[in-house]
Parts: sequence; structure tokens; C-alpha cells
Amino acid sequence: MRFKIHRYNPETDDKPYMQDLVLEDVTDDMMLRDALLILKAKDETLTFRHSCGEGVCGSDAVNINGTNGLACKSRLSELKEPIEVRPVPGMPIIKDLVVDMEQFYHHYREVKPYLTVKDPIPEVEFKQTPEQREQLDGLYECILCGCCTTSCPSFWWNPDKFRGPAALLQSYRFLADSRDQATTERLQELDGPYKMFRCHSIMNCANVCPKGLNPTEAIHKIKKMMVKNLV
Amino acid sequence: MSIENLERRTFDTLVIGAGGGGLRSALQLAEADAHVAVVSKVFPTRSHTVAAQGGMNASLANVLPDNWHWHMYDTIKGSDYLGDQDAIEYMCRAASHLVYELEHQGVPFSRMDSGKIYQRPFGGQSQNFGGEQAARTCAAADRTGHAILHTLYQQNIRAKTHFFDEYFAIDLIKDQDGFILGALVLEIETGEPLLIEAKTTLLATGGAGQLFRTNTNAHINTGDGLAMALRAGLPLQDMEFFQFHPTGIAGKGMLITEGARGEGGYLVNKDGERFMERYAPHAKDLASRDIVSRAIATEVREGRGCGPEGDHVMLKLDHLGRDVLYKRLPGICDMSKTFMHIDPAEEAIPIFPTAHYTMGGIPTNRFGQVVVPVDNGQESIPGLYAVGECACVSVHGANRLGGNSLLDIVVFGRAAGNDIKEYLKNNRYHRQIDEESVVTALAHLKRWDEPAGDGSETVSGLRAELQKVMEDNCSVFRTEDVLQEGLTKVLEIEQRMTNVHIHDHSKVFNTARIEAMELENLVDLAIATVKSALERKESRGAHSRIDYPDRDDVSWLKHSLYYKEGHRMDYKPVTLKPITVESFPPKPRVY
Repeated sequence: MRFKIHRYNPETDDKPYMQDLVLEDVTDDMMLRDALLILKAKDETLTFRHSCGEGVCGSDAVNINGTNGLACKSRLSELKEPIEVRPVPGMPIIKDLVVDMEQFYHHYREVKPYLTVKDPIPEVEFKQTPEQREQLDGLYECILCGCCTTSCPSFWWNPDKFRGPAALLQSYRFLADSRDQATTERLQELDGPYKMFRCHSIMNCANVCPKGLNPTEAIHKIKKMMVKNLV
Repeated sequence: MSIENLERRTFDTLVIGAGGGGLRSALQLAEADAHVAVVSKVFPTRSHTVAAQGGMNASLANVLPDNWHWHMYDTIKGSDYLGDQDAIEYMCRAASHLVYELEHQGVPFSRMDSGKIYQRPFGGQSQNFGGEQAARTCAAADRTGHAILHTLYQQNIRAKTHFFDEYFAIDLIKDQDGFILGALVLEIETGEPLLIEAKTTLLATGGAGQLFRTNTNAHINTGDGLAMALRAGLPLQDMEFFQFHPTGIAGKGMLITEGARGEGGYLVNKDGERFMERYAPHAKDLASRDIVSRAIATEVREGRGCGPEGDHVMLKLDHLGRDVLYKRLPGICDMSKTFMHIDPAEEAIPIFPTAHYTMGGIPTNRFGQVVVPVDNGQESIPGLYAVGECACVSVHGANRLGGNSLLDIVVFGRAAGNDIKEYLKNNRYHRQIDEESVVTALAHLKRWDEPAGDGSETVSGLRAELQKVMEDNCSVFRTEDVLQEGLTKVLEIEQRMTNVHIHDHSKVFNTARIEAMELENLVDLAIATVKSALERKESRGAHSRIDYPDRDDVSWLKHSLYYKEGHRMDYKPVTLKPITVESFPPKPRVY
């Protein structure tokens, strides 16, 4: 199986290049991460992030044949050769497939991604009906891999101002939580031309999410809440 | 990098590891206005707590009657009486409060129609001290670890905890009186070392599942904190007790939660027989993990395994119905489809016991203080704490119950945070560090920048060999001969480490160097594990000796302590006395 892998060592390379690599004995159940691990065993300078290998830690987001995804969940036999592996786009490259995620984490922190309760706390759990809890499905499962935000053209154009789909999905995760009491503050924080309204429903985010989540839909729901909050 | 221009930072507390244990401690401290630094070799939400599925035990009694005393009994019985009963009482009493606290912090627990937290049955749980099955495991679908880890990280964002993301801890720093005063760490992105001085250091670095070839663990689970403790001259406790989870995906190792059986799934052999009825007539598929793992291994050994090689059994879930499966166990449905093209609503899942959890670890008391034996008692190492999978309190003893590890990390994360607050009150000033210990730590790092031995070995090659030896020689069933051979082999690998040199000497994000140091850690822990297993001549919990098939409370109701120097073993008594209630004396363990 043939690969083209993005290589860049800032200490020795003037600019990045694509390296052609070949792997024999690829079996049907192998994922891209398995291939990268074998290639790394042959050349230990090959650098990428990875950890759990089962799609829950969110470490190994890369761009595979032009589409963002997790290396550990991308089956080799379903990919067209040569398999081109690049870092996720739009972020500063540190080395090979490793990017600097700080901008992404910054936007996440900025939406205050934590439950805010103003009333006194009960001695037992807050009551939440199964229907209320269901509102969080499709939101809380986010693994912060960054596949969505780094595939979003609006984020590429305004990475410093547009929060991006992952952070906005998290903002809605708390707006949708029956226990949260900071609705007005959360909506006010996202007002203005950039933070959320740069979203033009391009839908790349929903198409690439390895957990099947839909940030565009969450953003629409935030917009609806904003309108409702105004009247 | 010389010691003169080494960058130094100073904090009240250094927390190493940003899984649930580290983050819960950090939160406790940050909210008390302590100056706390959290060092993690990965971004916090990548920590392996994220992969915990089934849930967290607490006797909320939301579904069935329950109380903390029954939970305590089950945990002690599950531990095969090797758990310390004071720590277990403390944990089980604290559990409900800690679950409510997590819920208040935002964890999206699944709910019942009453609006209360959903609880599912898990293995080894009973009502009324061994009676009917209990339902004690609080769940957020089958993503409970993810939900808890993300919530704790979010709370730390709120509390403005200071994070050092993607820094690798190398060694502990001491002074001449034996106080632990921080650690030398390596910034992975720049390749520069950094000395973090602190009045207290908390190890929360997780387990060492990467010791075994097939495991449920992440690549990062290399037991770094345990190996740091060994190198600092401290012992590791009960390392022979390694949990093999009954239901790893056969051949791959990914975890299928015990919650799958809690929701009504069951195991079958090639004849379609529900074989657990023979091994545990009462609890059946919800017997404790060591028992179910041995049953599966026995079925396969005796020729009743499934598949062309007869090397696994099947976990049947399809009878639960698609709605229940996708509502209660969405994560494992997704995983089965992604990795095996199997839809559990239609087909059974091939499973086999898989290395899962390090019951042993750095010896601590229930305040999270690291303790070592002296004369007839024990004393704490000033300034050093450990919590979670890297610690051995010991609440899990010889076998951990499912749902007790998420509980362990938050209970003792909080307890250690509280004790550190007290320590900081009584130790207001930073002590002078011993620069010699910094020199030693820097030399440890420098070793990987220089050619070593004949360079005939590679990190990936030796790691694969080590994992194979551990799987072949220190698995579910053990004997003297097999363990002796295992010890010889791991000691050989230790020798061969001197011939490893890495070919990547760049500074920026050099993962080859990190993996070399992780392998060093694994080698030390492999020796600790095999040596402790070889010495324990009885069967108890997860440590199952074919040549010593019975539990021997006369000779072996005691904790093992392994020291790196001279591979020396020592032992200390099990705490059989709880804090307030009567002791549960050892009795035969039947499920």
C-alpha cells in the first residue's frame, strides 16, 4: 500500500515535503494509525500524536486524502491510494503531522465550557428528566479532536475571531442543559459579527466529525435562542 | 543542557498527570487558592480516564435498595480480602457525595423517569452482604469516563488551574532529608527540560497496561509515575495483581464495558452454552472480573472456544433489542461497527480477557500520602502523594470491582487535595533542593542523546518483545516455571536496554525520546510485576497460580512490596480494621 506523508522537521527542513512510503502486508482490519505505527517503527523520526486507538481521546486528527478524520478510525482498505496524510489544515505546524492546537483550545475556554448554577445546590442530584437529558446527546460526546474546526473555511479566514464549530457546539451543550443558568451571558458572549455569525452553514464540520456530531445544527439552535432571547 | 541554565519554576503543588485523579486534586487545590501546576504528557482530555465506559459506583439506591456498608462488603470480597478495610470504608462512605458533586459540576449522567441518576448492575455487586444483585453503577450511557474527565477539566478551566500540557515527567527531585520537592520535566514541543520546584508533589500518572501485548489501555499508559517512584528508592505494592478484563475485543483488546453484561448481555462458548452458570451459579455473568476472566480462559483451554482457532468466546447482546442497546451502550455499538463490522444488535461480539488495570502501585494511605515501612509501622514520605491507578491505597486489593476505579480517582483525588492543603499550612516555605538529584535526573535525560552500547536494539523492537514476554509468562494463569522463565527474560531485556540508542536526536516534539523513556519505565515495572508474582505462592484475586490453587491466609494475607534495588521483596500487613464498623474477616469467596 502506498502512502504520501507530510514531513517537516523545523530544525533541519527549510520547508515541508511529502514523503512516499510503501507498506507491505496490509490486512483488511488495519486502520491508518496501525500503518503509521509500523512506519514509525522503521523510521522513528516520523511524528504524530495518538493515544487510545479507539476514537475517544481525540489525539490523532489528521487530514487523510483531503478530509479530516481520526487515524485510528480510518480503515486503510476504504482509502484510495496513495493515501495522502497531512496535518489538519489551518493550524501552525510543529513537526510532521503535529500541529499547534492552542488557538483551538483558546476558543474552547472562551465559551466558558462549564455548568454555571446560580441557585443553591441541592443535597442530592439536580433532577433532570430523560427528555431533558436527551437534549445533551449529540453534544457532550465531543472529543475535542479539532477535525471540525480545522476543516471550516470560516475558521481558516478568521481563526482569531471565529470561535469555530467545536467551541460553539460546546457552548450549545451548556445552553441546552436544563441545569445551566447562564443562558443570557452565553448568548451575549456570542453576539457580534465574528464569534458565531461567521458560520455560513458550509457543513464541513458535520461531514468530518468522527463522532457523528453536528455542530452546524447546534449553531442554528443557538441563533434561534438568540432571537427568542431578544423578543 | 547544564544545570546552570536550567529553567526553574516554583509552585505550592505539582500534580503529575491530568486524568480524573490529578484533575480532581488540582481542582480542590485551585479552589483553595493554592498555587498549583498540572503537568501532563498529553492534553488533559486525552488522558485515559476518557476511555472508562460503564460507570462509577455509589450506593445512591436510585434503582434498587443500597447502602455504603453493602458496597464496602462487596469491595472487600471483590479484593479477595487483600484490600485495606479503613480505606475501603472511607471510599464507600464518600461515594454518594462525590457522585452528587460531579453531577453538580455538570456530568451528564443518564437519567431515570424520576429525574434521578441512572444506575446499572455491575459485577460483584450485592444487596445485604452477598444477597441479591445490586444496581450501584452511576452511568452516563457507556461514556462515563469521558463525561467525568471533560467535566473535571472544564471545572479546572473555571478555577484557572495552571496547566503544563505536553510535558513529560522524568524524575522526582528530593532534598537530603528525603522530602520530595518537585520534578524534572521535559517540554515535548521544545525538547527543553524544566525544573518544577514544589512543596508537595502528587503522582497521578495512571496505570501500566502497555506492559501487555493485548490490552485495553492507551499508548500513553506506561506507568511513568510508578517507575519514577521506584527510581526514587520507593517500593511498589502488590504489583502481581494485574486485572485482565473479561471482555476485550478478541485479538484487538478494545474494551467492551462490563455494563454490557450489566444490561443483560451474557457469554456463550462454541456450543452456545451460557458457561458462567457453571463457574458462578448465583452471580453468573456478573461475578467479579477475575472469576469471569478465568472462566473464559478455561473454556478456551479446554477446547470450547469459538472461531476457527477456538481462541475466544462470544458476548451476546442482540436479545436486548436495538433500542436499549443504542440508548444504553451507544459507544460500544459504534466501536463494534467501526473495528469489527459487527452490529451488536444482530451479532455476538468475539471477546477474550485483556490486560486492563494495575491494582498494584505506589503505597499510600487513605489521605493520599505515600507511605513506606519503618520498624513495626509505616511513615509517610514528606511532600509526596499518589492517587488513582498509579497508587495502591489499597481499595482494590487483589481484584478491583468494575465501577470502583472512577470512584477511586475522585475520592482519593479529593482526599489528597485536602491533605495537601493541611501540609501547605504547616510547611509555609520552600525547602532547599538537593542539586545532586537534579544532576541525576538530567543525566537520565541526557542518556538518550548519546550513542549507547552497540546500538543493536530499537525501542519498538524491545517494547514488542517485553509485551510478548508479559503476555506469555505473566497472564491470567501462572506457574513457578513460567514465571521464572518470565523473570529471566525481563531481566535480559533490562540488560539489553543498554544497547538501545535512538536515531532521532532532534529537540522539537521528539516522540522517539519520549518512547525510549516510557520503555525504560515499562521494563522496571515488568520486573516488579513478574518478581512479585513469582514470590507470591498462593492464588488470590487476579493472581492465579496453577501450582498453588488456593488462597493461603495464614502465609499470604499481606501486601507485597517490591524495591528496584536488588529486586528486593518486603511485605506488610493488610489493614483489616475499618474506621468505624466491624471488620469483615476473610472467608471463602463464592459468587
